[in-house]
Amino acid sequence: MTLKLGVPSKGRLMDKTFDWFGERGITLERTGSEREYAGRVEGIQGVSLILLSAGEIPRELAAGRIHLGVTGTDLIHEKLALWQQLVTPIEKLGFGHADLIIAVPQCWIDVDTLDDLDAAAAAFRAEHGHRLRIATKYHRLVREFLREHGVADYTLVDSQGATEGTVANETAEAIADITSTGETLRANHLKILTDALVLQSQATLWHSRTAPFDTAETEALAILMEKLHGGRAVTARQSPPVPD
Amino acid sequence: MPTRSQTLAKATSLRSMFETQGAALVEPPILQPADTLLDLYGEDIRARAYVTSDALRGEQMLRPDFTVPVVQMHMAHGADPARYTYAGEVFRRQEDDPARANEYIQVGYEVFDRTDPAAADAEVFALISEALSGLQVTPVTGDIGVLLAAVDGLQTTDARKKALMRHIWRPKRFRQLLERYAGRAPMPKTRAALLAGEVTAQTPVIGKRAQSEIDTRIEALRSDAASPPISTREVDLIEGLLDLKGTMPQVLGRLRDLAMDLPQIQESVARVALREAALKARGINTETLMFEASFGRSSMEYYDGFVFGFRSEMRPDLPAIASGGRYDALTRQLGHGGEIPAVGGVMRPGLMLELEGAA
Repeated sequence: MTLKLGVPSKGRLMDKTFDWFGERGITLERTGSEREYAGRVEGIQGVSLILLSAGEIPRELAAGRIHLGVTGTDLIHEKLALWQQLVTPIEKLGFGHADLIIAVPQCWIDVDTLDDLDAAAAAFRAEHGHRLRIATKYHRLVREFLREHGVADYTLVDSQGATEGTVANETAEAIADITSTGETLRANHLKILTDALVLQSQATLWHSRTAPFDTAETEALAILMEKLHGGRAVTARQSPPVPD
Repeated sequence: MPTRSQTLAKATSLRSMFETQGAALVEPPILQPADTLLDLYGEDIRARAYVTSDALRGEQMLRPDFTVPVVQMHMAHGADPARYTYAGEVFRRQEDDPARANEYIQVGYEVFDRTDPAAADAEVFALISEALSGLQVTPVTGDIGVLLAAVDGLQTTDARKKALMRHIWRPKRFRQLLERYAGRAPMPKTRAALLAGEVTAQTPVIGKRAQSEIDTRIEALRSDAASPPISTREVDLIEGLLDLKGTMPQVLGRLRDLAMDLPQIQESVARVALREAALKARGINTETLMFEASFGRSSMEYYDGFVFGFRSEMRPDLPAIASGGRYDALTRQLGHGGEIPAVGGVMRPGLMLELEGAA
């Protein structure tokens, strides 16, 4: 069978991923019409391109339905518990940089650190009768981070988009979200807490530890690795694990 | 591994033992309204419990423990005093350790009794200890009440005491706060600038937290900065207390010494002594019973007095085979104005059978 490579199916992330592989002599392209999610690989034998939503790539890697996949560190960490047992990072691709941060209104001049956030949350709960709400889609990462840092009296509320707007709309008091330049935060009168960098993320090529590799797929992987590393030998870490 | 029917049979026999002691059988529903549990435990419970929902009742949780529904039921229409027992599944999300069960059977015993808290503590501990006899398990005890009393009596502001009390169950945070209040941690630059009046907001006030709340907090920070640090002597005493562990007689001796310097813990240390006597009267060998002052601090439960756990030395990988404690404050929180001293404990018949099989 062929080695299955999962790549984001649209947008800048797809274009940049195509460029990155192109620079290494592997041409990835979409085939058919604009709207059809089919792809082709040239410059290497035995590799097939699977176009997927970036958010689904972690699940497909974990299930072993694709051998390799490109997606952000944030999505891998959020969606896969014990991700180290399921996937291995092969290469950081150097784009799609984003930080998962916690932000509060700029007018909160008394809140600059997690310590302040915790104290403000306690006072807020006493005043309003409910916990301080933090809007996010990264529930697991944010909860673990806040527990590790001993922040209490908050609750996470789900926000799958336009998260920066939740504070002005009074559906949340603070947010935890991905930012690259911080411009959207500033436009919404929010500021980043100085010690609340939950995760630094970038687009990364991952290797599934659960996908079975047959002889042809193992060979295709070795050739792919050689191309990616400009002829450098494949290290042990990058060779596929023996399926149980 | 024991089968499910073996575990259920074991659970029934343990429950009958508590019924023989006069406990009334209770069977709280598996689906519990999420808001009560969320209000009590906060976001941490979401990491530990399965949440589900429907359009009519909103969010519900698969029962992560029996204590909260039993307390609610008792506070709504319980007899006084009352003893309860139950057996059934509890559900816990496990995202870090695939070896931990996410569904297991618990058998519990809860005592709501005002007459003699020390005797009630000893009753729960002794009954569970007896039920576990024959298994290679080792008990550890502690008392959160001693820590709460120690903090409450510090020579410092009420605001600091309140903040420390709030983080008793988060040991790392507690230590950071103590260091800061002792003047051992430097003030962040941004905080210093704020207090010096160098920070002003040029931006609109957005969100539900009002300007008055921001002003109140700045005022609180100013007044905290003007308060003298907690003395090194007091910090050392508290840290000494937190590190205290040993057999009951050893620890009681040390606690009595500490109480000379920390007079605020005298009453709670007297309660530990009363409990030791009550345990002895129940036939527990307190000469070898371990006491750790910090025991129970990192659990999610709302224990505020006696705490205990039984673990297997042969199988340190297993979670506690039995655990429990006193939760007077929980009855106040769920009591709508009422309150009653309460203590209880749970056992895991599945783990007990596993240990029996291995013996």
